[in-house]
Amino acid sequence: MERTPRIHARIYERNVPGSTEKLAASSVGIAGCGGLGSNAAIALARAGIGRLILADRDLVEESNLNRQSFFLSDVGKVKVEALASMIAAINPGIRLDIHRTEVSPGNAAELFAEADLLIEAFDRAESKRWLMEAWCRSFPERPIVGASGISGIGKSSGIAVRSSGNIYIIGDQETSMEIGLCSARVGLVANMQANVAIALLTGMEI
Amino acid sequence: MITVNDRDRIGWREGMTVEGLMKEMGYDYALITVTVDGVLVPEDDYGTFRLRDGSRVVVFHLAHGG
Repeated sequence: MERTPRIHARIYERNVPGSTEKLAASSVGIAGCGGLGSNAAIALARAGIGRLILADRDLVEESNLNRQSFFLSDVGKVKVEALASMIAAINPGIRLDIHRTEVSPGNAAELFAEADLLIEAFDRAESKRWLMEAWCRSFPERPIVGASGISGIGKSSGIAVRSSGNIYIIGDQETSMEIGLCSARVGLVANMQANVAIALLTGMEI
Repeated sequence: MITVNDRDRIGWREGMTVEGLMKEMGYDYALITVTVDGVLVPEDDYGTFRLRDGSRVVVFHLAHGG
């Protein structure tokens, strides 16, 4: 069997020049591994991130499958474990730290202490807010990439990246999950979160 | 003068707080997070965080969904 570094080099041979080494040296925390977190994690893994710190307390349910990166055969499994298996199947060289736990205002800084950047991938608006507050209080110099307004269908051009300081929020800042969630629009925002994270970590333009 | 979201201009007054500005603009506390000059202001500090003349305030609306 080939050694991992050679596999690694071939996986990333189509990457943007200069990005692979920077991403390989970077750690990203993912708070919540649902529609946003699972899809952002897969994008970061394919891009060649060196380390992912995944946290979520839930099990995979059938109702997750319309937008989250899991399979029917994952139903009943621990989300962070199912996601870790998928990432390892893309590239076993990615370091994974998985926490099957509820992220809270009290443990967020500790869980993600070694992350260079945090992806906020919660579903409740109140949780989004306290996570941003906890992160900025503990690591004001490190970026947090959140999402707000990801629901419904269409309206692609309403999704934007808005930022202030080290806070980046992607979405339309309006649509709420009560109107329903669709794979394409959730995935669009999740991939934009990953895209912003990759740009920040590689020093490229957002 | 306070600038909100790079768009709205609100007159500055001595002692003006984030809470005062949000009331003046009619924002709902439950669904926003606010930065002043690029620094996030925790919700608990809205009533005491004093804005200076020229502050640049960004209000993010937070919507459920993830």
